Amino acid sequence: MTKNDNNGKPLSVVGKPFRKVDARAKCTGQTKFADDIFLPRMLYCKILRSHHPHALIKNIDLSKALALPGVIAIITGRDLPIPYGILPVSQDEHALCIDKVRFVGDPVAAVAAIDEDVAFDAMNLIDVEYEPLNTISSIEEAIMIDEPRIHEYGDDNNVHKKVSLEFGEVDDGFAEADLIREDTFFYEGNTHLPMEQHAAVAYLDTDEKLTLWSSTQTPHYVHRALTRVLEIPASHIRVIATPNGGGFGGKSDPFNHEIVVCKLSMITGRPVKCTLTREEVFYCHRGRHPVLMHIRTGVKKDGAITAMHFKSFLDGGAYGSYGVASTFYTGALQTVTYEVPRYKFQGLRAFTNKPPCGPKRGHGTPQPRYALEVHLDKIAEELRLDPAAMRRAHLVKPNTLTANYLRIGSMGLGACIDKVVEGADWKNKFSGWKQSVPGAGRGPQAGSPVVDATGSPSPENLSGRNGNRKLPYGRGIGIACSSYICGAGLPIYWNNMPQSGVQLRLDRQGGVCVMCGSIDIGQGSDSILAYIVAEVLGIDPFDIRVVTADTDLTPVDLGSYSSRVTLMTGNAAIQAAERARELLVLAVAEKLGVAIENISLGERRVFDVENPEVGVSFAEAVVLAESKFGTIGTVGSYSPPRSPGKYKGAGVGPSPAYSYSAAIAEVDVDASTGIVIVERVWIAHDIGKSINPMLVMGQVEGGVYMGLGEILMEEMAYRANRNVVHKFPSMLEYKSPTTMEMCDVKTYLIEDPDPNGPFGAKEVGQGPLLPVPPAVANAVYNAVGVRIDEVPITPEKVLKALREKSKGGDGRYGPESIPAVQWPEPLRVLTPAEGGDGREMPRVAVHS
Amino acid sequence: MKQKAHISLTLNGEAAEVAFAPHKTLLEVLREDLGLTGTKHGCELGECGTCTVLVDGRAILSCLMLGLDADGREVETIEGMATGGQLHPLQVTFADTGAAQCGYCTPGFLLAARELIEKSPNPTRDEIKEALSGNLCRCTGYIKIYEAVELAAARVRGEEMELPRESVYGYE
Repeated sequence: MTKNDNNGKPLSVVGKPFRKVDARAKCTGQTKFADDIFLPRMLYCKILRSHHPHALIKNIDLSKALALPGVIAIITGRDLPIPYGILPVSQDEHALCIDKVRFVGDPVAAVAAIDEDVAFDAMNLIDVEYEPLNTISSIEEAIMIDEPRIHEYGDDNNVHKKVSLEFGEVDDGFAEADLIREDTFFYEGNTHLPMEQHAAVAYLDTDEKLTLWSSTQTPHYVHRALTRVLEIPASHIRVIATPNGGGFGGKSDPFNHEIVVCKLSMITGRPVKCTLTREEVFYCHRGRHPVLMHIRTGVKKDGAITAMHFKSFLDGGAYGSYGVASTFYTGALQTVTYEVPRYKFQGLRAFTNKPPCGPKRGHGTPQPRYALEVHLDKIAEELRLDPAAMRRAHLVKPNTLTANYLRIGSMGLGACIDKVVEGADWKNKFSGWKQSVPGAGRGPQAGSPVVDATGSPSPENLSGRNGNRKLPYGRGIGIACSSYICGAGLPIYWNNMPQSGVQLRLDRQGGVCVMCGSIDIGQGSDSILAYIVAEVLGIDPFDIRVVTADTDLTPVDLGSYSSRVTLMTGNAAIQAAERARELLVLAVAEKLGVAIENISLGERRVFDVENPEVGVSFAEAVVLAESKFGTIGTVGSYSPPRSPGKYKGAGVGPSPAYSYSAAIAEVDVDASTGIVIVERVWIAHDIGKSINPMLVMGQVEGGVYMGLGEILMEEMAYRANRNVVHKFPSMLEYKSPTTMEMCDVKTYLIEDPDPNGPFGAKEVGQGPLLPVPPAVANAVYNAVGVRIDEVPITPEKVLKALREKSKGGDGRYGPESIPAVQWPEPLRVLTPAEGGDGREMPRVAVHS
Repeated sequence: MKQKAHISLTLNGEAAEVAFAPHKTLLEVLREDLGLTGTKHGCELGECGTCTVLVDGRAILSCLMLGLDADGREVETIEGMATGGQLHPLQVTFADTGAAQCGYCTPGFLLAARELIEKSPNPTRDEIKEALSGNLCRCTGYIKIYEAVELAAARVRGEEMELPRESVYGYE
């Protein structure tokens, strides 16, 4: 069977808007999050964190703290000397810093006490003597300043990683271009801000078995980190991921507090809990990297791309985290939306004395997507092309290989563009470009001033900059497209095992239990397992018990990241359920004396399709199967197809499938205040096939919301004095959209089933965020004629650009230049069109 | 040694007494001393609305109220919202429409929404937005929450209502 045909039977669960299997628990307060766990004799842990951004630890005096009544144990870095980190190439963290702190918030010592108040008081009695070091506060400083080094590893003093890849002869591509345009952009960092603060509880029982309950998106990776750092066998450690109160990527690293509570429980023999304060969550971070970008693209007159050269500079913060992968991701997915026949990417990640950055929804791709889509808008303007039509005309074709060897399967972006263009009434709202043509290859030049010196719209422009505006001045519309992976093609650590495993147990009373290592972070992954198994076995999803994210009970799934869960666990669940189905069919066919191919499962029955009244109940079928075969349990697993790219760096970007999105934003910009109000976003998402359309809609709306927050207000800001002290680690001052800022959303789901997806399904958790920031940026330009080439688009930036434009400037706000960098010689790969085999070409000596 | 404070209150419709360290917030007393962990915390500074409970029928932030101040008051938490095994209409619609994704902010939204529809049985979309503007949700983009509130309000009024098709399947 293919994964889409459901044994020839119409779908009865997949595609239907069932409620989530855990929805009622979540609406009655019964869901147990990590901090809801209270165990007898439990101790409370507080972690002392550095208030220096960069310093040597000279001495730690615990004597006063240890003397406080109620303090049971205190540990420091010396108790946990083994480093760890999510990527094998970046094992650069210690659960507690040993001799050096690298950012404000780096953990230094941990207290276990009888209650939280005592732990807090004891924490404040710990005396740490620091010797402050100079700080590295920006990408530019990291590149320029060699000493002090934040880490003793990396590609260049304070440069963590430099990559340089060239697919095909990019210079030849630029030579064919009618227009070459260059732009520079900056995307400020922001953070996940999950409503649930991270929490962990550990208990080492008297049989020397350690259990950790934690709000983690990656229990398997935490399990691996614990066995390494604690030096106890993995078979003695059980990690249970509790339902995550929001993740968005922020709970994907193994964290110091998880290791610390384990160690404190090992020392005290008592359960130990640590719940981070909101301030600490800001320091944990692992959020969106601030990225400075430069993009140079050659195009033909019709907008066809001939070559692209993309450079990115990532401010990584103080540790590696997922940063090497993030760096590659800033260059990987430019090729999967529009045809890019030749492509060059150079990326650099810097260490700075700030909270470490990592993966946030869209991991490394919203920043380049914003740059690319605004850049294309500017190209469309120079070419006098409709930006929607220009994009539509040059899409990547389905079932092809990109220049960087990403295999495209189904590709619904054309349909997505058509839907939003029609839905938003684009053709009647977009009024074309103004008459003055900016010079080729340069930034847009000043047109007639649209505002007078006070920033107010000048009367002649109230009716429109070009006289034929269809929307009034101040109102604008913009379009952008995007794509995202449906699961990373490769695991974090190299191995040949499946990325997802599902185990199914059928009991003789007819009960079905699905066990899988995946963790529900709110996206509904537990429900997806139930829906898929119910579909294959012909039962009701609410008949099924789902056990997930427990390393003692469930087969490994790598975790809830890279939008991998529906596709990978879904395929594993189909395999496990098909295997169980086969046993049931064999047993029932024998009992009924009916040919195997005539047996069907549905409505909790197993029956003869030709005489549907002839059959047995599902529970009876299990009894028949168990009588014939013994205890019924099956397994399924999933490994993604091997990537055709074989060059160094080809591990980031490949995926079994790619989802596509197109969005149009309509905005109101107040030229006197610079305030941007997004009225509405039309978004179409190519989901392949909705396992549950209602949950897909929720993910699309949530993605639009988060993209809106990023483009309008969210930013990790640091104080100006040294630019390393977090300006406002609180939810009040870190602005995120409330109900009052959230825009109206009109959603279209495009179903173009992908052969690699379960029932054809692709991802939706991350992709729909991606087109929102550039669509809004393009709409702001359409509204008031200023280009804000820096995210977020705050009123200050809009006003500054408007004032500058009114003085005859180009009305652009954004970075002017990129740092000069000695790039390594690019690794050269012939493209598939050039007859390449996916491998890098041998390096040749270059003579200057 | 610590002197525990002692209060009596009406908790989810039942008489209750509890002793606790006097500096504790109502949020802490509910979660730690009364075992009602359905009330969540997101900031403990009054910024996110996650810890919303009803005190004398009004939605308040339990992280900003001392436990002592709940003496003699009527407190309602998420655990008391279903009665006699019957879910409140808001709980049904939040569950059925996907208004709860991770579910962490959900108890706070449910109680804030309950106050709203009890005071304003037929709220407009703008009234809903305003009433819920103190509660942050990072998952849903709020839209499914508005729809769940509208649906529940209609059902409480005794009107039959279903979600429009485009809310579930998208626009054609």
